[in-house]
Amino acid sequence: MESNKEVLVQLKGVKTYFPVRSGFFNKVVDHVQAVNDVDLTIYRGETLGLVGESGCGKTTLGKTIIQLVKATDGEINYNFGDTVGVHDLRHVSGEIEDLARKRIQIVFQDPYSSLNPAFTIYQSLRDPLAKFGVKDKEAQRNLIGNLLEAVNMRREYMDRYPHEFSGGQRQRIGIARALCVDPEMVVCDEAVSALDVSIQAQVLNLLKDLKRRLKLTYIFITHNLSVVEYISDRIAVMYLGRIVELAETSQIFDHTMHPYTEALLSAIPVVDPDHKTHRIVLEGDVPNPINPPSGCNFHPRCRQCMEICKTERPTLQKHIVDGKEHFTACHLYATAETRAE
Amino acid sequence: MFTLTRTRTRLDRQFDRIRDLEEAGLNKKSNTSRALRKLLNNRLAMFGLAIFLIILLSSAFAPLLTSYDPLGVDMRSILKKPSLLHLFGTDKLGRDVFTRVLYGGRISIFVGLGSALGAAAIGVLLGAYGGYKGGWFDKTVIRFSEIFMSFPQLILVMMLVSIFGQGLSNLMIIFIITGWGSVYRLTRARMLSLREEEYVQSLKSFGLNDFVICYKHILPNAISPIVVNITLSTAMFILEESALSFLGLGVPLEIATWGNILNASQDLYTLQNTWWLWLPVGITISLFVMSINFVGDGLRDTTDPTQQG
Repeated sequence: MESNKEVLVQLKGVKTYFPVRSGFFNKVVDHVQAVNDVDLTIYRGETLGLVGESGCGKTTLGKTIIQLVKATDGEINYNFGDTVGVHDLRHVSGEIEDLARKRIQIVFQDPYSSLNPAFTIYQSLRDPLAKFGVKDKEAQRNLIGNLLEAVNMRREYMDRYPHEFSGGQRQRIGIARALCVDPEMVVCDEAVSALDVSIQAQVLNLLKDLKRRLKLTYIFITHNLSVVEYISDRIAVMYLGRIVELAETSQIFDHTMHPYTEALLSAIPVVDPDHKTHRIVLEGDVPNPINPPSGCNFHPRCRQCMEICKTERPTLQKHIVDGKEHFTACHLYATAETRAE
Repeated sequence: MFTLTRTRTRLDRQFDRIRDLEEAGLNKKSNTSRALRKLLNNRLAMFGLAIFLIILLSSAFAPLLTSYDPLGVDMRSILKKPSLLHLFGTDKLGRDVFTRVLYGGRISIFVGLGSALGAAAIGVLLGAYGGYKGGWFDKTVIRFSEIFMSFPQLILVMMLVSIFGQGLSNLMIIFIITGWGSVYRLTRARMLSLREEEYVQSLKSFGLNDFVICYKHILPNAISPIVVNITLSTAMFILEESALSFLGLGVPLEIATWGNILNASQDLYTLQNTWWLWLPVGITISLFVMSINFVGDGLRDTTDPTQQG
């Protein structure tokens, strides 16, 4: 298993800061550290779940990867395959940039704003298709028809306007749009969060099915832990712009290491009236990402906070738990010992 | 048992007709565009278009409708009431008012509609790109628009007239210079909110050209307030033209425009005793402005796909 994993994207020290301007001359007074020093490897064919609470930078990280937001620092190395090689997406232009646009696509959160209300489905997909080489009208219509069928919709729907569809249908059209350039990797940014639970299941199954058929790689951004457990191979937990824990899905759920992940997991509702929940309630709010706490970002809210946590920032360390790789950034495991379970 | 009765409307009859066609299997797919069909189906818009065309065409073909000269002074028939000879009567110099309204329309419509469209073209072009792209371009243009909007129009007019002289084209240039700011700000404000929509992000993620995204994909969603603005500013410019002409800064007074005709009757005696000097032209201006508004509303509805036609 380990040996046939091919690296698709490798993030090295990626930082995305947004300037905070104020004053008469709009001077940059500070930065929101939305994504701070993220190292992450995504393998071809896997589904990586990116979880964390609101404002922790998971959407920004996703948008940084597909270059909708420019990273402030770091490397985003994308493996284009043998002929083109590995390139840092932050410094590509021309042909390689277009290739990257074709290889990585995104599915958005809000099905109501993700389709252009003034255009039919066909009209809004015409330009992207023309840009990537499908210029003939019949070929375009054929391709869009096939895509709509792939997301379980009727071909004829391509001549309808977005307001004629329901939320679930729109989200499936959003998926079809992302797939229209035949990408390798799709960033699903809260792709099912805005939908009904029954529709969520439908869309999740569709995503799983498409992944198998088209050999896609997903980055699945969500705050819904049940969804991420269902769909992901690996999970990365983010807190305040940093990754605090990263491991295979079962590892995260069975051998939770970081206290933040523990608190997060304890919040999953269980469908059983007799079930006694041991909720770990975090005190306080998420600190301001303009001015994050010293040392470990999580220390003001952590139950197991130690002296060292207040001064020294833990780095993402590799541990072996239950025979599998498990990365976490926490001083509790500073000695890199394997945790006895 | 109750039977539900209600008056059958035009739409009922239309639906019946469509159903009959469908049952007979004759319902062809229409070849005309959906937007055009919607516009043709909008009664108010078609009514407006009819009035607009009547006024426009009768001004354009004025020599065919009247044998008088708009400048022809006839001292033997001063202030005559409307009659078959003079449909709208004659003014203080014996000129035929009907003829003057027709010929006046030529200039007033040209100035009003031309300036409104010119101002809208500049405003939309700059506003759409500035609002979408932001940055130094947006900052520069918004400062310019503020300068032009805060500048008193009268002083600008006097300046230009003193430099270039009195004339129609100068008037239009002034209207466009002072008028583009409001359309620009309107468009920019719409674009500022529309550019955050996720479909824009999606287009960006395809790496499409900024101009294509901005003008082709986003602008159609911003068009309805712009269309309304154009119709309103057309009316405003027609009236402004008359005000400036009255001050001697616009079109020379002897040339017939709607504004000049109105201005000639600005005293109490005229208003009370010779109603034909101001009422016909007033009604014409109102009808024209109203018809443009109806057409504008209709155009706005056709560009909005969520409204059925």
